[in-house]
Amino acid sequence: MQFISYLINGISLGSVYAIIALGYTMVYGIAKMLNFAHGDIIMVGSYVVYIAVSSLGLNPILSVVISAIACLVLGVVIEKVAYKPLRHASKLAVLITAIGVSYFLQNVALLIFGANTKSFTSVVPAVSVKLGGITITAETIVTILACVIIMICLTLFINKTKAGHAMQAVSEDQDAAQLMGINVNATISLTFAIGSALAAVAGVLLCSAYPSLTPYTGAMPGIKAFVAAVFGGIGSIPGALIGGILLGVIEILSKAYISSQLSDAIVFGVLIVVLVVKPTGILGKVIQEKV
Amino acid sequence: MTVMKKKLNKTTKSNLITYAMVVIVYIIVQLLVSGGAVSSLMKGLLVPLCVYSILAVSLNLTVGILGELSLGHAGFMCIGAFTSATFSKLTNGVIQPAGFRFFLAILVGAVFAGIFGLLIGIPVLRLKGDYLAIVTLAFGEIIKNIVNVIYLGRDSHGIHFSIKDAASLGMDADGEMIIKGPQGITGTPTDSTFTIGIVLILVTLFIVLNLVHSRSGRAIMAIRDNRIAAESVGINITKYKLMAFSISAALAGVAGVLYAHNLSTLTALPKNFGYNMSIMILVFVVLGGIGNIRGSIIAAVLLTMLPELLRGLNDFRMLIYAIVLIATMIITNNEKIMNTIRRFLPKKQAQPVKEETK
Amino acid sequence: MAMLEVKNLGISFGGLRAVDGLDMTIEKGELYGLIGPNGAGKTTAFNMLTGVYKPTDGVIKLDGEDITGKSTIEINKAGIARTFQNIRLFSELFVLDNVKVGLHNHYRYSTIAGILRLPAYRKAEKEMDEKAMELLKVFNLQDEWDYKASNLPYGKQRKLEIARALATEPKLLLLDEPAAGMNPNETGELMDTIQFVCKNFDMTVLLIEHDMKLVSGICQKLTVLNFGQVLAQGKTSDVLNDPKVIKAYLGE
Repeated sequence: MQFISYLINGISLGSVYAIIALGYTMVYGIAKMLNFAHGDIIMVGSYVVYIAVSSLGLNPILSVVISAIACLVLGVVIEKVAYKPLRHASKLAVLITAIGVSYFLQNVALLIFGANTKSFTSVVPAVSVKLGGITITAETIVTILACVIIMICLTLFINKTKAGHAMQAVSEDQDAAQLMGINVNATISLTFAIGSALAAVAGVLLCSAYPSLTPYTGAMPGIKAFVAAVFGGIGSIPGALIGGILLGVIEILSKAYISSQLSDAIVFGVLIVVLVVKPTGILGKVIQEKV
Repeated sequence: MTVMKKKLNKTTKSNLITYAMVVIVYIIVQLLVSGGAVSSLMKGLLVPLCVYSILAVSLNLTVGILGELSLGHAGFMCIGAFTSATFSKLTNGVIQPAGFRFFLAILVGAVFAGIFGLLIGIPVLRLKGDYLAIVTLAFGEIIKNIVNVIYLGRDSHGIHFSIKDAASLGMDADGEMIIKGPQGITGTPTDSTFTIGIVLILVTLFIVLNLVHSRSGRAIMAIRDNRIAAESVGINITKYKLMAFSISAALAGVAGVLYAHNLSTLTALPKNFGYNMSIMILVFVVLGGIGNIRGSIIAAVLLTMLPELLRGLNDFRMLIYAIVLIATMIITNNEKIMNTIRRFLPKKQAQPVKEETK
Repeated sequence: MAMLEVKNLGISFGGLRAVDGLDMTIEKGELYGLIGPNGAGKTTAFNMLTGVYKPTDGVIKLDGEDITGKSTIEINKAGIARTFQNIRLFSELFVLDNVKVGLHNHYRYSTIAGILRLPAYRKAEKEMDEKAMELLKVFNLQDEWDYKASNLPYGKQRKLEIARALATEPKLLLLDEPAAGMNPNETGELMDTIQFVCKNFDMTVLLIEHDMKLVSGICQKLTVLNFGQVLAQGKTSDVLNDPKVIKAYLGE
């Protein structure tokens, strides 16, 4: 019984990772860049909800919507200002810029909100469901549901809409997509918009479950989600889901049964084993260099 | 042959400038210190500046010369720091004089970090690009995590080890704790000085610069430039990748030794041995110019000083740092701006090192 | 004994049979051409000869030694060096250093000796410099020795690739479309250089080429591949007049 309860918690945490990882993976697929600042968008999203709920007393649902819109705008602006000028620069230059953006967001938050931990009020009502011997909180249910809904919507969006097809084309070959009349800039903006809005949602879910908010809240979940994305095969949307869930489950189970201090080491250890066995992740594509 | 002499002179000259730069800075700083013109805050920064310089030069060996992205460099520093501090605690007073003990500690740190570089490199260096980056980051985090659960103590029965807690060591009452889990190591002899730091920078430079201009260094750069071609002329890819990676790790270990013996307390925090530190070193390397060894030192010093110089601006300093980072990347990657800047700079000859990896 | 003996060489990628039943014998000192339409399997054959791909079946013997399925590095040490269709230089290294990388396995000193600049380092480096300059002179690249390889003009890059391959002291030199992208003047010059190398380095050469002027001008024997199989084989003049070959090249 205990085990099942841990498993559900793991899936719930994994769902949050999966939602963040989706943003990573989409941006990687389209822009071929590791957006290190993605984790900090989570933090920004959470602060927006915090202000909306605690200071302005807005309705939680409305707050989440506002937060998603704010992050969406932020994501697009970051892309236009910091990443777009570097589209043809070396990968390392883009990586360093993303790190700069990450520092920037953290320090702006530090200036506005200070370093003190804010206690985040959950946006989900504090009810729980008893099923057999297991208690499941509403947060867990909402988180898992949100992840499932987002996955379905995103898959439909990418496979059924024109914009989704454009995304696939740009991720396959940017130049060819441009020649086919696809607006590459708009497509990249759209990707950042979706990824950042998802980060806001993930942030709210994360802070509802672990209610302490600082300017550095997003960093570690961001790295973990990045690991999840690589785990599942970066660039692959089902991969992000699988990677996220696996990561969450491994983390919670190793915290419960092995050692809470070593749980991160175990998560990273599993990643290394997976990559050494399958160098492009679980669902990643293998690209052979032509001689 | 005259051509050969010309070539030799050119590289020797460039190397000499790098050594001279370090020595001159050392002399100036010493003069300022004896003149009382250096604040105690700045004095406290002198050894860390050496630590960062060594880290930047050693990471440049992996990123610039070998051409592989590593985000776990702080992990090797961590190994160097903890193994050497443990060694110093165990032998403090036993091995005399203290200077010789510290010399041995440096070797211990370098060797352990180098061995870990080799062990990690064997599975990991088959991966490429972003995958290698994330795996090295993972290793760095694992090392930091594991160090935080190690308990090591010594009493009359010998050495005790546990990964649970201090009590499970089962030591005598008179026993001495050496590594105390998250509280790390306390009471490390503070042997590190600015002078030793400068000597270690020079040694690091000597190793890296001479390696680059040797047969092995050429093989390493050949792999970076074109792996398939390097294989076709009979270069053993795995051997040279591992060589570069483990030398780089060993030098990071040396930086760790210097770091550990600078303050008497050593703990493995995200701040000093986490991925943030690895990223900071990478920033030095990239801003200093990938493959440009001298640039790494300059960038490490300037970027470490920058937040301190901006201390008057207090809360805004890290924000400015972030903006400087973004702006530098955008400007240096903008052809138009760079061409304008280049017009004002003296012309440069082709260099055997890479300026930018695509 | 033949320098290169290939028997029944074949490779499949999934269901695709890229090369099938290739037999080829090259005598020492010969200048041999491997031709055929695009996609005929020429470069794939090269990749099998140099260990980039492991053949599915068949035997490759170099100077009597079985090298089938060995790694690229082992095959290079056994005595095959190559150039690439899409030039692969060490683009950020000096022209001279590109050749010196080719000399890697013939002049040895330890990494420690290199770092400490021991006499072994100085002696070997001096000899390498001299040997590399000698090779560069053959290709008239001596004045550009301190250029970054990527800064060389295209034709010279192709030559540098050959110089680097020769530096490994091979028994057999494989050239993958050496004249690709060259103008007629450059091609003419290249033909002279290849013949010079053959004679003065006592070299056996196997080359892939589309330029018929080059092929008919310098190759003594040819093998024509089409759809992965040998279409014709023999003396250059005979092969080029073979109706099957003409049909394959010009169509019906």
